[in-house]
Amino acid sequence: MTTNKDIWVLGDYRNYFRSRVTLQILARAKSLAAKNCGRVCALVFGHGVDEYVGEYIAHGADRVYVMDQPRLKEYSLETYSFLLTGLAKRLQPDILLVGATRFGQEIAPRVAKALNTGLTADCIDLEIDENGRLVQIAPSFGGNLIARIVTPRARPQMATVRPGTFHELPHDYDATGEVVNLDLPEGIPEDRVRCVRSAYKPATAAGLEKADIVITGGRGMGSKGKFKKLFELARLMNGEVGATRPVVYSNWIGHESLVGQAGKHIRPKVLFSFGISGAIQHTAALTDADFIVAVNKNPNATMMKLADVAIVADANQVCSGIIRAVREKIRD
Amino acid sequence: MEKKTFNIIVCIKQVPMVSELPWNAKTGTLKRELAQGMMDPSSRTALEAGLGLRQEPAPEGQREDGAQDIRITALSMGPPMAEEVLHQAVALGADRGVLLTDRRMAGADTCLTSFILGEYIRKFEPGTDLVLCGAQTSDSETAQVGPQLACELDIPAVGWAKDIRLDGTVLTAERHVDDFLETLEMDLPGLVTIDHGGSAPEYAGLAGVQAAFESSSVEIVDADRLGLGRGFNALKDSPTRIVDVYTPAAQKENRVLKGTAKTVVDRLFKEYGKIISSAMGKDLKGE
Repeated sequence: MTTNKDIWVLGDYRNYFRSRVTLQILARAKSLAAKNCGRVCALVFGHGVDEYVGEYIAHGADRVYVMDQPRLKEYSLETYSFLLTGLAKRLQPDILLVGATRFGQEIAPRVAKALNTGLTADCIDLEIDENGRLVQIAPSFGGNLIARIVTPRARPQMATVRPGTFHELPHDYDATGEVVNLDLPEGIPEDRVRCVRSAYKPATAAGLEKADIVITGGRGMGSKGKFKKLFELARLMNGEVGATRPVVYSNWIGHESLVGQAGKHIRPKVLFSFGISGAIQHTAALTDADFIVAVNKNPNATMMKLADVAIVADANQVCSGIIRAVREKIRD
Repeated sequence: MEKKTFNIIVCIKQVPMVSELPWNAKTGTLKRELAQGMMDPSSRTALEAGLGLRQEPAPEGQREDGAQDIRITALSMGPPMAEEVLHQAVALGADRGVLLTDRRMAGADTCLTSFILGEYIRKFEPGTDLVLCGAQTSDSETAQVGPQLACELDIPAVGWAKDIRLDGTVLTAERHVDDFLETLEMDLPGLVTIDHGGSAPEYAGLAGVQAAFESSSVEIVDADRLGLGRGFNALKDSPTRIVDVYTPAAQKENRVLKGTAKTVVDRLFKEYGKIISSAMGKDLKGE
């Protein structure tokens, strides 16, 4: 195998000011590169993309591969997959990392398939082991387990990482990096999917990932009506409301408020968890919370074991109690 | 004009019943009957999307009674017990079920799973017009098999669709991804993964499932029939390998408070009020 040790990070910038996932992965790639003695390379496809090239260098990229062409102005799944696959075949990176945006979740499986290599979805951590292999750490088996996964033979080793999983490095104004401009290759196939309409429409609850206080609720809150109390508590505490999947499936709250592998990854200073048992898909997304208060009737619920303070009581009653207490304590 | 049947394959996964999975929103109880294994909710939504196309008016030249002649095959790969979700799919309206099951297929990662599903479709269902998958199954949540199956079959694909419409052989999909509301269209054959979109699935009554069980509408296909070869071993042939699994260790102080709601709330603010007020950015009395 003649792969070099380069770690590639796909530059996913369409939502740059809201999703900083590329910068977060670059930061992690830099610490991985320190171990495997490779370079961190960002890839940018698009048109008029200078600002992203500069940003990626300032956030840790040693090298940026750029295809800057009018044809690439809009994100195109098939075209971008074709370009990324071709480049990976030609330049043979050791590792290829992609942000788990919806776009990333579509392109990474295609490229992995085309390269006949493995792909681990939604990693919560990445390490280099003593053999120089990428260890992809991800929740698995639908239970309360975390799996360590490797790709022993095929290359590149590929993983997607959910936004919010790693911290970006501070902007380094003195950083220098190599910019490699690439021409469009021959034979790009016509896109078989046509975009009829595309309008920017941000989902609500964008503050969840940035909030210092997050109030989460599960089905233990009892009903949609009782769940609404969480919004009152959030308003009193300057926080945001998050939820588990059963709650979202039951339409107590919209999908944009889902905390978990399939939703938002949060890192609040204080997390309140009301009536949540704590399946791994949910808890994997809140491991960065500084201080967790969990309320559940069942003292053995996973969420209670993860908490700094585990309150064994009815979630709904304790929520009302906290609302009363905060109302009394806030100084006017 | 010769009537052409429109063939849809819906990929359906049986997933374990874990603590965060569907419960009856009306009665607030768990679906105990599904404790062993259940139809993945996003697969269920994909099946409903396929069934929904039957209700659409037929394109010109097709049936005059307003319904297209659509044949829906529910396709699953998994252990023998996964047959159950295919009977359920038939009870819900699929014309037939096909289960790809064999010890040699066990342990396949997404790359190999999409290969096996693709082999079946290539060899046994070459006239497939549309493949539907759940966007993200509830157990592993990788969202990878759909896009990889599209690559395997070399057909165009749209991911995370909320709504699909069919006009002849042109499929239109609406989706909301990465803060963009999009309308996409493609010529069929193609593949669409359906986003669950937050609706709570209703399950078929047991009577319906029983009736479906009594019919012989589920076909079992093993590795030999698929022509996967003697040396085929999904676990060994998958590009990824699981090194080990572990339970995330609790690293917290894990203080346990018990008592009435008033008692525990008082103690919470007495002992941890500073942390809470600091995160709130508000000054609280008594801290």
